[in-house]
Amino acid sequence: MTTVAALEEGTDSPYALSHLDALESEAVHIFREVAGEFERPVILFSGGKDSIVMLHLALKAFAPAAIPFSLLHVDTGHNFPEVIEYRDRTVDKHGLRLHVASVQDYIDRGVLKERPDGTRNPLQTLPLTEKIQSEKFDAVFGGGRRDEEKARAKERVFSLRDEFSQWDPRRQRPELWNLYNGRHAPGEHVRVFPLSNWTELDVWQYIDREDIELPQIYFAHEREVFKRSGMWLTAGEWGGPKDGETVEKRLVRYRTVGDMSCTGAVDSDAVTLDQVITEIAASRLTERGATRADDKLSEAAMEDRKREGYF
Amino acid sequence: MSTTTTEELSATTLLRFATAGSVDDGKSTLVGRLLHDSKSVLADQLEAVERASASRGQDAPDLALLTDGLRAEREQGITIDVAYRYFATPRRRFILADTPGHVQYTRNMVTGASTAELTVILVDARNGVVEQTRRHAAIAALLRVPHVVLAVNKMDLVDYQESVFAAIAEEFTAYALELGVPEITAIPISALAGDNVVDPSANMDWYGGPTFLEHLETVPVSHDLSHCHARLPVQYVIRPQTAEHRDYRGYAGQIAAGSFRVGESVTVLPSGRTSTISGIDLLGEPVDIAWTTQSVTLLLEDDIDISRGDLIVPTKDAPATTQDIEATVCHVADAPLTVGHRVLLKHGTRTVKAIVKDIPSRLTLDDLSLHPHPGQLVANDIGRVKVRTAEPLPVDSYADSRRTGSFILIDPSDGTTLTAGMVGESFASPEPVKDEAEDDGWDF
Repeated sequence: MTTVAALEEGTDSPYALSHLDALESEAVHIFREVAGEFERPVILFSGGKDSIVMLHLALKAFAPAAIPFSLLHVDTGHNFPEVIEYRDRTVDKHGLRLHVASVQDYIDRGVLKERPDGTRNPLQTLPLTEKIQSEKFDAVFGGGRRDEEKARAKERVFSLRDEFSQWDPRRQRPELWNLYNGRHAPGEHVRVFPLSNWTELDVWQYIDREDIELPQIYFAHEREVFKRSGMWLTAGEWGGPKDGETVEKRLVRYRTVGDMSCTGAVDSDAVTLDQVITEIAASRLTERGATRADDKLSEAAMEDRKREGYF
Repeated sequence: MSTTTTEELSATTLLRFATAGSVDDGKSTLVGRLLHDSKSVLADQLEAVERASASRGQDAPDLALLTDGLRAEREQGITIDVAYRYFATPRRRFILADTPGHVQYTRNMVTGASTAELTVILVDARNGVVEQTRRHAAIAALLRVPHVVLAVNKMDLVDYQESVFAAIAEEFTAYALELGVPEITAIPISALAGDNVVDPSANMDWYGGPTFLEHLETVPVSHDLSHCHARLPVQYVIRPQTAEHRDYRGYAGQIAAGSFRVGESVTVLPSGRTSTISGIDLLGEPVDIAWTTQSVTLLLEDDIDISRGDLIVPTKDAPATTQDIEATVCHVADAPLTVGHRVLLKHGTRTVKAIVKDIPSRLTLDDLSLHPHPGQLVANDIGRVKVRTAEPLPVDSYADSRRTGSFILIDPSDGTTLTAGMVGESFASPEPVKDEAEDDGWDF
């Protein structure tokens, strides 16, 4: 049983919520709003830490009932095996339904072409948006956080997308109080970001507090990697290493989970959550700056991809 | 690196605040310094700014590029929309709604201030209180932001004179108190030189108050719940219908105000049915008491008809329901709001049909004068509106409850958010509205 919380510094009330409680409560409110207002919501689930936290919050929001949403994974075909294993185990454990939009299928059918640089991140947009249309999803939860990137700092919690899934930053609905507006025309959908106000550190602290299991690649482990554009990439069938790039075994971990071709590992000996949190709190690099090649393509790379329908 | 980091960082509260300031008041510099000095600007972000600045032929890194995230903003060198920024100190986490200062972006300041517990109004020490300062104070008062900070910036350009600061602080405080701003803290700073932003200034020995950051870290973040009316808008009915929880029927929502206890008598509005709280689940855990802004699930002793959109309140403290709402509004859409407009009104978790019956006045923010019967409100206008709803709603006065006293109007044809509304009397309507013959250009 909860008793009144200890009086915290900077408050005049014993009823002030800790920052994690406040963020959790807000995210749960967002999940319940969507459940109350939409017909076919879906949670984008990659097996990465943000989507894992989203799923955990959704489970709490509807407890003791089941989550009234299915999951959707945009599978680039260049996944870390540990992550796919985690994804399937989680889906089974909670009795959820998983939809998969496969980039490889699109390449095999000749609809999408492999890029010269081998990255498949930009290729995810078409399979994602077509899946949203074909399944008639009207609300799509994403784990995007405003602290990740300057274009995302401008993103709404409820973000209306047209029938082409496009984001127009100049035509966003103002978001007032916690009165989210989910109105949309048939064919349009709303991207929903329950973790908008969380930072990378908040996510890790919450994972620690709630004792949430993560794929092992988030913790330091020995891995065969090679250096490209200043990042440690995992060798694999996706197309690395190339000539002049040499593989070496290093103690690394991942800060984000994405396509293997553009998600870099960082040197680390952090094997526990406490150590990871300490490492992140001291890091002088952002999560994306440290580990994502696709955001370095241009100054507005994220904004441009988001406009097209990327999450 | 100490291993107690996790615990230290967890024991913090969250402060949401918004900034407002005119174009050249140094808002970007202040935000930049806060982020920089709280070590929230990381090496790769700074590097990206340096690279972009150099490619434009600028000598020094342009810190505005840290905050101006959109292509159009960078091209035009202006901020066109609210951006949210995050930083932390060991004492507190901060969510900053960074809002543009132009008059035509009043709606963005309203957006930022609607969730803020504190608003920072920046003035240039050389110019003192100007029209834009009064506008920002008026909006902070309208939105009932609990704390207002007047940051008197560019003190370095007035030789750090106490008399300059004192005169501005006095003028602003008198004006803001008249508007009903509950608490004002004036701080003399130089965002560029760093005086009193994070570190106390050696140039202003005469100032004995907190630095800007210190004030942000220590300002109280919540109110005394004993003065709040408890309110729970029902978002969703949780019915697991499993063998283990066959009879579970919970009413889920985020407590908008006040607190609820097990055993308390409650009334469900608009139906008026009553019951007693038999249990409270705080995200899966049973608790005795829950309070604002916790997301909870209430269980009731009686099996009564409750659905999304209902409001659960203590029986001893139930608001009246009404179909006629009078409110101060800020129009946020490009298309105007006119008398006779058929709209949707979202209040709490309930969305109902409504019609705009009258627009008695439009407020001129410059001098807080009222223009009677403007006929319509256009983007960024603030005015008084009378709305008739198709169903009775349990609204509170915005002065009593920011959450259950607020609503939005939505265009039913395309879903556009039209208008932000605050129920009840406004500070800006002390005098009866009078028709003026010379008031041309506003009657349609």
